[in-house]
Amino acid sequence: MNSRLRWRKFVSGFMLTLTGVCAAVAVSVLFFILGYLVYHGGTSINWNFFTKLPAPVGEIGGGMANAIVGSAKLLLLASLFGVPVGFFGGIYLAEFSNSSIAFVVRYAADLLNGVPSIVIGIFAYALVVLPFKHFSTLAGAFALGLMMIPITLRSTEEFLHGVPRALREASMALGASRWKTIMAVVVPAAYRGIMTAILLALARVAGETAPLLFTAFGNRYWSPGLSQPTASLPAMIYSYAISPYDDWHRQAWAAGLVLLALILIVNIFARAILARGSAIPRS
Amino acid sequence: MAASTTTVPSASPSSGSRSFISRLRDGDEIARVITFLFAASVVLITLLLVLQLWHDSSLARHKFGFQFFVTRVWDPNAEQFGALPFIYGTLVTAVVSLLIAVPLGLGAAIFLAELAPQKISDTLQFFIDLLAAVPSVIYGLLGVFIVVPLMREIIQPALKNSLGFLPLFQGPPYGIGFLTAGIVLAIMVIPYIISVSREVLLSVPRDQREAALALGSTRWESTWKVVVPFARTGIMGSIFLALARALGETMAVTMVIGNTPTISASLLSPGYSIAAVIANEFTEATGDVYLQALVELGLVLFLITFILNGLARLLMVVTTQKGSGMGHV
Amino acid sequence: MKRFAGLLLVVLAVGGIVLAQNALSINGAGASFPYPIYSKWFDEFHKTNGNIQINYQSVGSGAGIKQATDGTVDFGASDGPMNDEQLKAYSDKHGSGILHFPTVLGAVVMTYNIPNVTASLNFTPEAIAGIFLGKVTKWNDPAIAGPNKGVNLPANDIVVVHRSDGSGTTYVFTDYLSKVSGEWKDKVGKGASINWPVGLGGKGSEGVTGLIKQTPNSIGYVELIYAAKNNIGYGTVKNGSGTFVKADLESVSEAAAGAAKSMPDDFRVSITDAPGKKAYPISTFTWLLIPAKFSDAPKRDAMKNFLKWALTDGQKQAEELSYARLPKEVVAKELKAIDSIQ
Repeated sequence: MNSRLRWRKFVSGFMLTLTGVCAAVAVSVLFFILGYLVYHGGTSINWNFFTKLPAPVGEIGGGMANAIVGSAKLLLLASLFGVPVGFFGGIYLAEFSNSSIAFVVRYAADLLNGVPSIVIGIFAYALVVLPFKHFSTLAGAFALGLMMIPITLRSTEEFLHGVPRALREASMALGASRWKTIMAVVVPAAYRGIMTAILLALARVAGETAPLLFTAFGNRYWSPGLSQPTASLPAMIYSYAISPYDDWHRQAWAAGLVLLALILIVNIFARAILARGSAIPRS
Repeated sequence: MAASTTTVPSASPSSGSRSFISRLRDGDEIARVITFLFAASVVLITLLLVLQLWHDSSLARHKFGFQFFVTRVWDPNAEQFGALPFIYGTLVTAVVSLLIAVPLGLGAAIFLAELAPQKISDTLQFFIDLLAAVPSVIYGLLGVFIVVPLMREIIQPALKNSLGFLPLFQGPPYGIGFLTAGIVLAIMVIPYIISVSREVLLSVPRDQREAALALGSTRWESTWKVVVPFARTGIMGSIFLALARALGETMAVTMVIGNTPTISASLLSPGYSIAAVIANEFTEATGDVYLQALVELGLVLFLITFILNGLARLLMVVTTQKGSGMGHV
Repeated sequence: MKRFAGLLLVVLAVGGIVLAQNALSINGAGASFPYPIYSKWFDEFHKTNGNIQINYQSVGSGAGIKQATDGTVDFGASDGPMNDEQLKAYSDKHGSGILHFPTVLGAVVMTYNIPNVTASLNFTPEAIAGIFLGKVTKWNDPAIAGPNKGVNLPANDIVVVHRSDGSGTTYVFTDYLSKVSGEWKDKVGKGASINWPVGLGGKGSEGVTGLIKQTPNSIGYVELIYAAKNNIGYGTVKNGSGTFVKADLESVSEAAAGAAKSMPDDFRVSITDAPGKKAYPISTFTWLLIPAKFSDAPKRDAMKNFLKWALTDGQKQAEELSYARLPKEVVAKELKAIDSIQ
């Protein structure tokens, strides 16, 4: 018995160490990527980068101001479209649905998530661009929004399921309606996880080029309003990264870094709101 | 976690004894209908997408029929198109990437959720989330300039020397190929697995752990036998996300896979994937049959995702049944 | 959530304010090879014509043709001329045709990486076709070694690298091979994407140069500008008159000059394997695809002015960016053709 206990303790220590090793490996690879990006992109970032329009090859002082604003616009609109669909869809699955409907919706979401981004782009092109013969910010945001739905939906549902039933029962016992219970008790309790998922979805679409190629298209200039082609960081990164010029390569890396910074800001922002909003500590 | 233990019993459609009118007044029915519309729109969009692909590939589907799935030639000039090497490449790279990413990502998630101090865990998570935003062309460039040389100079020769007798590790070490693509994909999908799994593990109620520890479990036993099974469907969800991403990724794969439509048992051999060939050729494709064949490839990828998801769900139902009842698959 | 709404307003406002100056915006899409020079041109043109914004995106030649035909852009651009079928599809849809205007010239070079070989190699058309057909498999094969006396070529296997993405570069290269090798023409043919008999595929010019730099004993083809900017060696190619010619701006322009005399009125001409002692044989025009008829008069006038400017003043900027400029004869002929745009 004693040796068995020792063996179990050994296994425990060993496996836990192994998870530590996993974490170390995963995290160091990930940090390496971040470091590489900072190393290559950092030198090209200056004030012009944020305030000027792109300059042609060989001219100094160009920036990506229009692409930064374009990406921000695209991501915002995409979230306005994709997040509610995913979020409320997820609530339906977790709180209202019977199991066969939930099965179908979940399956559909997983399938949608596996569609390559270029195919999403082709789809959005046929649906939104072709009928109007016009590329636009809206079309690009539609394509990106589509890609945000599955992650948001699946995770919202997952995290709502994770909320202990005692919380719901307490709320209902106090006379709250189901909807009130969901919005005032269940969702806040799962807020943290849902937010992570939405940020992950946002981050995932932020770096996509393929769905934008034939929807948001691209623009060398400022894009007024929402119905004109717009520049975006991933599209700029792509066309600069495949060019033969060192100068443009550096700008591509810098744009990658700025894109991360954009996501970072949204992240910090969301977490700040989260810190104020969530009253229920996680169990 | 099984649905029956976590959702309120009265969640069923015929909700309790209160009348329809009073539920309507509380907003329950309205909420139900509205959220249903959102959920239904997801299904609708997916159907629309399939319909679009189906419609846009009619010429190619009629011309090639079932042959499309089993022939190996992809010749735009002769208008001969077969999808087999691409299907093979897609499956192999996705499997390789999951074989690497799932243990690594899950291990890391367990460490971050169960062992690491919360401050450190949250900070690391913060950076991990950021990585999902790195554009895939940058992963591709990293792959070409760092992973490929590493594979060619060190890892592939080592594999050949130690395991070279296996058909898996034959052929010249180019540095690119199925294995390299799988590794780059694994790096890309690990953030998904860590992020979602960690959150799910953290949301497992503390009393579950305490009960197990009180019964004399070691820390690992309480984690592996109680906490992880409790969070199982959530973890599976994260793996579904990762699988989907791995199947549909284009840029990072195409830069390191070699883009040669071959079918080879060797992981060192160059290959090609469906998503990569669509992205590579769609913008330059001319001629209706050619374009439609590419769209049909999109349909095939959809079918693969459909089948893989079905199999994974089946597996989950089978494994969950002997435990705590049906999980929500 | 209020903060989010605030952020939304700020971003939309910024997007809205900057639009200000009522500009005429014209959209074009197509080939990625001329993207740097086009973006330079449109930028310069904008400086002197402040109210005209021409926005060009490199989405690929095939997509450029498709977008122009679909009517989602005002003009297209391509590294290969449109074929008769595509022209017909365009005029069926729009009721009028589309015109080709050569803008600059490019060349495709043979680049390689053989350890311990620093000399510039000479390639015959037979050797190139043999390598890419998979028939010449060793570096010391007589087909390669013959014209390279004095170079110590190893007995190693050749690793062939080609473009995996559909590309004008591949089109030009395979167009050339189809002209110089009957076997290539019959077995493989020409196109932006083809069924390669051998080799690894690299994504984009960067992908191909990356693979070649890293893989010992490899050979591939890239645009001249990529080889020059990446400092990788490239060889000479034997042209129709039997001279081994190194690709540079002069020898490329020379290939176009040879073709200028027999230039058809629609400018759809291949200048691979062009006559001329100094002509580099794997050269090509790149074209702007301009509708023959605009429904919008200001757009038409802007496009015509731009074309005139690009063919005259604009040509001077080509060489800075390593593009070869058009021969005088071609420019003269094009300037006349501009008048036919309605």
